Amino acid sequence: MERMNVVIVGHVDHGKSTFTGRLLADTGSLPDGKLDQVKAWCAVNARPFEYAFLLDALKDEQAQGVTIDAARCFFKSEKRHYIIIDAPGHIEFLKNMITGASRAEAAILLIDANEGVQENSRRHGYMLSMLGIKQVVVLINKMDLVNYDQGIFEKVKSEYSNFLSELGVQPAAWIPVCARDGDHLVHHSPSMGWYHGVTVLEAMDCFHKEQSSELLPFRFPVQDIYKFTAQQDDRRIVAGTIASGRISANTDVIFYPSGKRSRINTIEGFNIQTPHQVSADESTGFTLHPQIFIKAGEIMCKVQDPPPQMGTHFKANIFWLGKQPLVLKKNYKLKIGTLRVSVSVEKILNVINAAELNVESKGEVARHEVAEVILKTTKPIAFDTAADHPHTSRFVIVDEYDIAGGGIIMANHPNASSETVGIESSIELSPIDPARRTLLHGHSGKAVFISGIQAARIGKEIEQTLFESEVLSYFIGITDHQSIDIGLHSIRLLTNAGFVVIVAVDLSPTEIVDLAHVITDSVVISDTTPVSDIVASITTVIH
Amino acid sequence: MNHLDRLEAQSVYIFREAYRDFKQLGMLWSIGKDSTVLLWLARKAFFGHVPFPLIHIDTSYKIPEMIRYRNEKALEWNLNLIVGQDTESIKNKRTFPDGSIDRIACCKALKADALKYTLDGTWPRLKLNHSTGQLEPDTSPTPFTGVIVGARADEEGSRSKERYFSPRGIDHDWDIADQPPEFWNQYKTDFAPGTHVRIHPLLDWTELNIWEYILRENIPIIDTYFAKNNENIRYRSLGCYPCTHPVDSPSRNVSEIVEELRTGKFVNIAERSGRAQDKEDGGGLETLRREGYM
Repeated sequence: MERMNVVIVGHVDHGKSTFTGRLLADTGSLPDGKLDQVKAWCAVNARPFEYAFLLDALKDEQAQGVTIDAARCFFKSEKRHYIIIDAPGHIEFLKNMITGASRAEAAILLIDANEGVQENSRRHGYMLSMLGIKQVVVLINKMDLVNYDQGIFEKVKSEYSNFLSELGVQPAAWIPVCARDGDHLVHHSPSMGWYHGVTVLEAMDCFHKEQSSELLPFRFPVQDIYKFTAQQDDRRIVAGTIASGRISANTDVIFYPSGKRSRINTIEGFNIQTPHQVSADESTGFTLHPQIFIKAGEIMCKVQDPPPQMGTHFKANIFWLGKQPLVLKKNYKLKIGTLRVSVSVEKILNVINAAELNVESKGEVARHEVAEVILKTTKPIAFDTAADHPHTSRFVIVDEYDIAGGGIIMANHPNASSETVGIESSIELSPIDPARRTLLHGHSGKAVFISGIQAARIGKEIEQTLFESEVLSYFIGITDHQSIDIGLHSIRLLTNAGFVVIVAVDLSPTEIVDLAHVITDSVVISDTTPVSDIVASITTVIH
Repeated sequence: MNHLDRLEAQSVYIFREAYRDFKQLGMLWSIGKDSTVLLWLARKAFFGHVPFPLIHIDTSYKIPEMIRYRNEKALEWNLNLIVGQDTESIKNKRTFPDGSIDRIACCKALKADALKYTLDGTWPRLKLNHSTGQLEPDTSPTPFTGVIVGARADEEGSRSKERYFSPRGIDHDWDIADQPPEFWNQYKTDFAPGTHVRIHPLLDWTELNIWEYILRENIPIIDTYFAKNNENIRYRSLGCYPCTHPVDSPSRNVSEIVEELRTGKFVNIAERSGRAQDKEDGGGLETLRREGYM
């Protein structure tokens, strides 16, 4: 049976927890004895029973009488399993509301018929639109307090409907309810004979599962690159979760922002038949051929697909949750997809009061405000715009140790530079079979990585010795991270041309092993090994 | 993708985030069904490997089959196993089974405190030597900064409010009123010195999902979960034997358990109903969890 996450949102005290508690009770979803246990607790503590107490599993909450966090409960209808996320309505807990809502595919928003549309009714509506939740049902609750009056229902509906349409949100249903009494939750109610629409449960069963992003262009944010050597495993696996699209083996791929190209060799997994194809939302891994040096955080795309945008400046809509306001020029950490990069605010275009949608011009963005800003990263990044592709347009901003805000990229900023290294993609290699070169030269090509502080001196000595014995040899020294890409490219060209390339690398031992692994036919040797031994073993392997 | 595929993909993603960002990473292994699924998911995430140690807190009151199963699988799957224990309390008989303290105080000492001081490396801990098959003193106990735990939101109230990445303070305290936001698969992976983060890849799984997955993947599971011989009792949740009681159930294998959970009498009975410490006082477990209990 399918599952769906639905979040319950709305202003504080508009009845979210009562609604959820009653919904669980009316669908027979409570554990045996739970209702009696809570009623007994109320009797002992001289509190009138409330369905909301069912959810307030924590002492904290019972003491304060407000939901502070998004609690999850489970129930099922005849159609599917539901996970109900009861989000807090108090402004102080906006970050918890966002946490809950971001996991949802649909939302139920409650408005108190008596109090009407309040600040967080609007703020939560705004957050839903920003988080990309399009399926919304609005409940006008506590109809008993307004004598089940249809006129009041219509008035609240019309006011809130205007607000939502500015955000581009179209509710699937508007339902008058009295959550405490269960009116229109699971059963129709005689007290509102004028209402002929669906019950809440029926409306929920009409939510549809989110369209899979399988048909969008392929986007694979690289989460990590694994080379586990235990049990003689020599796979070098590019791991991650597919954001959109699908891919199979033998597909040509390109990584952004580096612009490097390769081809999917195998699709990897554990305890599965190797799949022919993998698609959106799957956590998977690939081996590549040829091996290339790429880093976590790049986006792997199909060569044939439209590329993502690239640049250092972009326009974004953000919401801010940090205790400290978001300020200009300060360095923050941006997390977008699997990339982490340093970022600062170049310009605050305007600050929008989420509750009123008023626009102000300010020099900072305070807690719980939303804003339109220009962000600037220290390095070019690859991304999509929200209109093109929701998944790869979303980011969070980390201030010190905490996620302090989130946002979506609206546009690449005009003066942004679009840079890609692209060196490997733009050079065509020789078509001559390497085996024929081996016949010609009398030996094969090989890359020999020397590690350690003496690497350069030893490497040159080895080159000299090999040269004297008529081996095509060539020394390359790589002294910093900036030279890695160009160095690797040269090594690949020279080994391809049949040379024995002696590479002295001034990097950490693990980095050297990782580097060596992207070159076919390579070995790593420490500078503590005697030169004569190294030369002897090279001579053996190339002949 | 079906619901199990989705749960698996999400858990794998969380594992990989944890492995990428926490250099001192470990995973709690309680031998039960949840942590066995957790271990399986780790092997999914890392293509058959488990690239961090598993930590078992041995209260010395564990059901004996649990210890046998632990040692057997650790050797078979080439796991880096670390064992921690509150040896002082056990030696001085300051435990509930010895009659000197109540259940909650016993959990606090043998589980919460033992975990805390095993994680931060201040108490001696043992390490499995794969060549001898024996546990030996861990001579370089480094503190863990990331700890993977198999808690599920549907287990009991306090767990339903957990985050996937949940920061713990210097004293391992959990500030439930001020938890980090989590959205769009972005988690709290930055942390101040001295603090650590609990990582919960199973948060969205239900008890039924766990058994459905064990069935689908054919995961070897300790047999104390099954009714044996002519008896119609089995354990539904595993813990220390003085405080864990079997439930009435005739289920003899994984598919019978799945069927029983889907349709049978457990539909409306809490999974941890056989765990006596949960009932000691209304918020005992929650109080313990705030102080660092798993």
